[in-house]
Amino acid sequence: MGFLNLLTKRGQTGATLVRLPTGSFTLDPSGRIVASTLPRSFPVGKVRQIGDLVLSTFQAAREAGIPLTELIADYAALKLTARELRGGAIIFLAPRSLGQK
Amino acid sequence: MSARHKVLLLDDDQDLLELYREMLARLPSQPEIHTATSGARAISLLESEPFSLLISDLNMPKMDGLQVLTIVRRKFPQLRTAVMTSVVDAQFRTRAYAMGIDLFLEKPNTSQEITFFLDCIESLLGRELDGGFRGVQSKSLVDIIQLECLSQSSSVLKVTNGALSGKIWFNNGDVIDAESQDLGGEAAFRKILSWKTGNFEILPADPERPRTIFNSYQGLLLESAQALDEAQAQVPEGESAPSPEAAPVLAAESPLAALARFNGVEFVMTVRAGGKFDSWSAENPEQISQWVRQTMQRFRALGDGLQAGQLSQLEGLGPQCHVALVSKADNDLCVGFHRSLSQDLVRETMSKIATKWAS
Repeated sequence: MGFLNLLTKRGQTGATLVRLPTGSFTLDPSGRIVASTLPRSFPVGKVRQIGDLVLSTFQAAREAGIPLTELIADYAALKLTARELRGGAIIFLAPRSLGQK
Repeated sequence: MSARHKVLLLDDDQDLLELYREMLARLPSQPEIHTATSGARAISLLESEPFSLLISDLNMPKMDGLQVLTIVRRKFPQLRTAVMTSVVDAQFRTRAYAMGIDLFLEKPNTSQEITFFLDCIESLLGRELDGGFRGVQSKSLVDIIQLECLSQSSSVLKVTNGALSGKIWFNNGDVIDAESQDLGGEAAFRKILSWKTGNFEILPADPERPRTIFNSYQGLLLESAQALDEAQAQVPEGESAPSPEAAPVLAAESPLAALARFNGVEFVMTVRAGGKFDSWSAENPEQISQWVRQTMQRFRALGDGLQAGQLSQLEGLGPQCHVALVSKADNDLCVGFHRSLSQDLVRETMSKIATKWAS
């Protein structure tokens, strides 16, 4: 039995895996996070990275002559929805489960 | 006598690696087992010699399993990959499968689970031995079909081309049926043969499949080649050949105009790897193409960084128009829609346009 226990003894250790978060956060026009319902375990650096990308995408779309108020990025395991808020944005993150469309 | 498979085990726990090494060494195919305790070491090993299979843990310090798999799937697309983890979580399972792994297994707890685990790995190695065209780009579909027929195979050839997929059934070396979208029989066979790129998988035979194709495989291949040649001959130089059944319609107009015939479409644009673009009815194509290229690149990079899997579609809704973006290989397609269309309708129409574009 000791042999079998060995196979599962880990799993709680060395947790470096980051779960995809469920929640939303709000950015002001300068890119500052003003509110967030994302879990604290989700790195702030990643939140900023997402926020910066969304704001710059809205900005670049305006410059290209196709102003947008909403962006939806469909990844295999995550849906990202961003709504423009007077220069800032509110961004929703929702992980997908297997088979979900 | 075929060479032994090489299996690379990746786990940060040396004791576990030794246990798995012992277990896997007892497989009937007697694979050669190598081990690595870090992602960096595993990638170095994969670079130094060819492996048949990588079995990786998820939960590891420094570089976690998903990070390793992201790199491995990109650098070694033909390598079979399996995840074995004690992290029992549907989200990680989804993300791992989204990266294109072959198997997601929980670390075995009981002797029954160990047997199941070993069976799965043996089956995966067997699949490698039986064939499959994962990542093979130098073989055309015609080569693959001929191989199946000449070797008197009974199998099902599954072909995927972007959003499209099709199947060809073989029975003792005869092509007996084909299916693709709403087509069946010889029409489906011709449709599948018109695809230029894609992925292939040989599935087990389906003896119950009723026969709808009675032509010989040589006859089928010849007719399909003729249909493609005729379609090619009708296309002006510089444009890609349309699918045989669409040839009469597309020969008269540009491919983008054909994509723009859907309800509510205002403009269509394709952007190629080097930034070159084709556009239909776009007002400021230069700026839009740059935005498309940059946006898709950055959102793909974000997906890689978050390990969220492939970016399937990007939609933007705006007061002047809506846009939807998809990628195939290294090309991006951007379609502009009238602002009155609902998001659901944009999505539904874009799905049809992307399917047509992929074909």
